[in-house]
Amino acid sequence: MAERMALTGNDSAAYAFKQINPDVVAAYPITPQTELMHKFAAYVADGEVKTEFVPVESEHSAMSAVIAASLAGARACTATSANGLALMWEMLYIAASCRCPIVMPVINRALSAPINIHCDHSDTMGARDTGWIQLYSENCQEAYDNALQAVRIAEHPDVMLPVMVCLDGFILSHTLEGLEANDDETVRNFIGEYERSDNLLDVERPQTFGAFALQNYYFEFKKQQADAMQEAPAVIDEVGKEYGELTGRSYGRLDPYRCDDADVIVVGLGSSMGTAKQAVDDLRDEAGLKCGVLKIRCFRPFPGDLIRQALQNAAIVGVMDRAVSFGLGGPLFHEIRSARYGGDGPMLNFIYGLGGRDLSLDLAKDVFRNLAEAKDSGQVEPVVRYVGLRE
Amino acid sequence: MRSGNAGNGMGKKTTTKRTESEVKRVLYERPRALLDVHTHYCAGCGHGTMHRLLAEVLEELGVLEQAIGVAPVGCAVLAYDYVDIDWTEAAHGRAPAVATGLKRVHPDKVVFTYQGDGDLASIGMAETIHAANRGENITVIFINNAIYGMTQGQMAPTTLIGQKTKTTPRGRDPETTGYPLKVCELLDQLVAPVLLARTTVVTPKHVRQTKALLKKAFQCQMENVGYSLIEVLSPCPTYWHMTPMEAYHFIEQTVTDSFPLGVIRDVKDRA
Repeated sequence: MAERMALTGNDSAAYAFKQINPDVVAAYPITPQTELMHKFAAYVADGEVKTEFVPVESEHSAMSAVIAASLAGARACTATSANGLALMWEMLYIAASCRCPIVMPVINRALSAPINIHCDHSDTMGARDTGWIQLYSENCQEAYDNALQAVRIAEHPDVMLPVMVCLDGFILSHTLEGLEANDDETVRNFIGEYERSDNLLDVERPQTFGAFALQNYYFEFKKQQADAMQEAPAVIDEVGKEYGELTGRSYGRLDPYRCDDADVIVVGLGSSMGTAKQAVDDLRDEAGLKCGVLKIRCFRPFPGDLIRQALQNAAIVGVMDRAVSFGLGGPLFHEIRSARYGGDGPMLNFIYGLGGRDLSLDLAKDVFRNLAEAKDSGQVEPVVRYVGLRE
Repeated sequence: MRSGNAGNGMGKKTTTKRTESEVKRVLYERPRALLDVHTHYCAGCGHGTMHRLLAEVLEELGVLEQAIGVAPVGCAVLAYDYVDIDWTEAAHGRAPAVATGLKRVHPDKVVFTYQGDGDLASIGMAETIHAANRGENITVIFINNAIYGMTQGQMAPTTLIGQKTKTTPRGRDPETTGYPLKVCELLDQLVAPVLLARTTVVTPKHVRQTKALLKKAFQCQMENVGYSLIEVLSPCPTYWHMTPMEAYHFIEQTVTDSFPLGVIRDVKDRA
C-alpha cells in the first residue's frame, strides 16, 4: 500500500534510496545535500538496507568509488551539490563513458565565487555535456519518483548511462511536503535486480574499462555513447508510463500546463515552475491572459522536437534560466532557440534566482506581463533580461 | 606608610598631577584585529579562543598589515568577518595551494591558512602534504575537532574510534572507516617541515602554550625558516553532544589519548 508522508526533498531522496537498497553508496557531505546522507547513514546503521556505505574524503573519491562499484556489478549511488559536483567533474565523464548506470541526486546549489550555499542550476547546467541523463524535479514528490525511475532508465540495457536527479537546494531539499510513497514491494518489483552483463569481476570473461584508446578507437566509443543517449528518450517515456500505471503518477519528458490555447508560454526547470503555474492561474483569472507553462523534466537527452511541437502555437515564449552561460545567456534558452530554428515566434530569456534569490509569485507574474508587452509591442530587445536583480 | 608627606616634616603636599594613562595600566583588552562583533560559533567552540590568539600574536609581532589569511570551507569560513586583516577564500581543501601562490608572489607578507580537519585532512590532504613537502614558507593553523562541524557532524578522518557521528551513528568502526588520522605524525615523515606541534585550548595553561607555539610558527615564517603547522585540539560541544565543560574534559581525558599533545618536530631545537 502506498503511504502518505511528510518529507523534505532530502528525506524523499533518502527514502527512495532506502527502497532501492543500493549495494554501494559512497558520499561526502556538502550543504544542502548533507541531510540526505545523514538519513541514509541512519538506514544503514539500523540495518534497514544492506548497503556498503563509504564516507570517503572527497567528492572526487565518492564518484570514483561508485564507478568502480558499478563496473564490478553493484547498484551504486551517491549524491552531491555544487562545488562537490564540480570536484567530481573528471569522474562524471568517466562514469558516463564507462557506461555506469549510477543514480545521483544533485541538490542544486550555486557555484563559488562568491561562496554561496543556496539554489541555482549553475552546477548541473555546467555538467550538461558530461554524458549524464538529467531529470529535474518540481517538488519533493517528483524528486522521489524521479529517483526511482532513474534506476530503471539508467540500467536499461539499451541505455546504461548514469542519471542525475536534480532538485533545488533548500527550496526543495529543506522543505517539508506531503507526498505519496510507494510500498517497498512495489519499488522492489519496479526496479528489479541489477545485473551487469560485462561485470568487472567476471573471471570467466576478464574485462578492462577505461583503457587507452587514441586515434584508432576513441571516436567509435564516443559515437556509441551518443547512440546510447539517443535510445534514452524512448526508455524514459516507457518507464514514466509504466510508473504511472503502478502509482497513478505518470511522467513524460515535458510537463505542459495550460499550454493548449496559450499565447504566452514560459519554459523552465525545477521548483520555480510550480510558482509559474500559480502565476498562470492568477493571470488567467485576473487579466484574462492566455498563458501557460512548459516544464522540462528531462533536460538531457534534450527533447528538442517535443519542445518545438509544444511551443508551435505560442505567440511569444519566455525561457527562464537559473544559470548563466557567460558570454551567451541562459543555456536552456539557447538550446530551445536552437530547437526552434527556422521561423517560429519571438523568444525572450529571463535569468533569475542566482544564488538563491527568491522568485516570488509577483516576479513570476512580471515575467508573463513582460512577455505579453513584448508580444503586443513587437519590442524584443534586449533578449536576455534579469528578474529580481538589485541594480 | 602610604603618604609621600610622611617624614618630610613640612606637611606640604609634593605629589605632581599624573595623566590618566599613567594612573591606568592596561592589563587586558581586545586585540585591535579582533572585531567587536558576535560570531556564529556555538557556545564552547574553540574557534573563538583561536581567533583571539591569532589576533594577539599578529599584533604582538607587528605584522597586522602584512598578514594574509586563507579561509577554509568549514565552520571558520567566516573568519574574515571576525579577524580584521587581509583574507582570501579558498575552495574546499585548497588553502595550502592558495597560500603557496600568495607567499611565492609576496615573500614579504605573512601568509597563513586556518583550516579544520575536514578541509585540511580530508578533501585537502593532497595539498596539505605537498605544501609541507615543498617546505613552503607558510604557517598552517589546523583546528582539529574530530568531526565535520559546519555540515552538521559527520565523521572526519580524525574522528575517534567508537565516536558517534551522523555518518557513523553506531560509532566509528576502524574495520570500515579506518583510524584517526594523525596529521602531525604523518607530516613528521617529511624532510621539509620545520615546526609541527599539537596543542589545545581547554585550560588557561594550554591557551598560553598554544599562543607561544603560534608565535613561534609565525616567527619561523618571518625568519624564512620554513613550513610550520600547529594542530589545535578544539572542542565541538554541539556535535559531540556535550556541554562545553564536558567537551573540555573530553579533550583532556580522551581525545589526547588518540592525539597526544606536544611538539612533534622543532628544527630550531634540533639545530
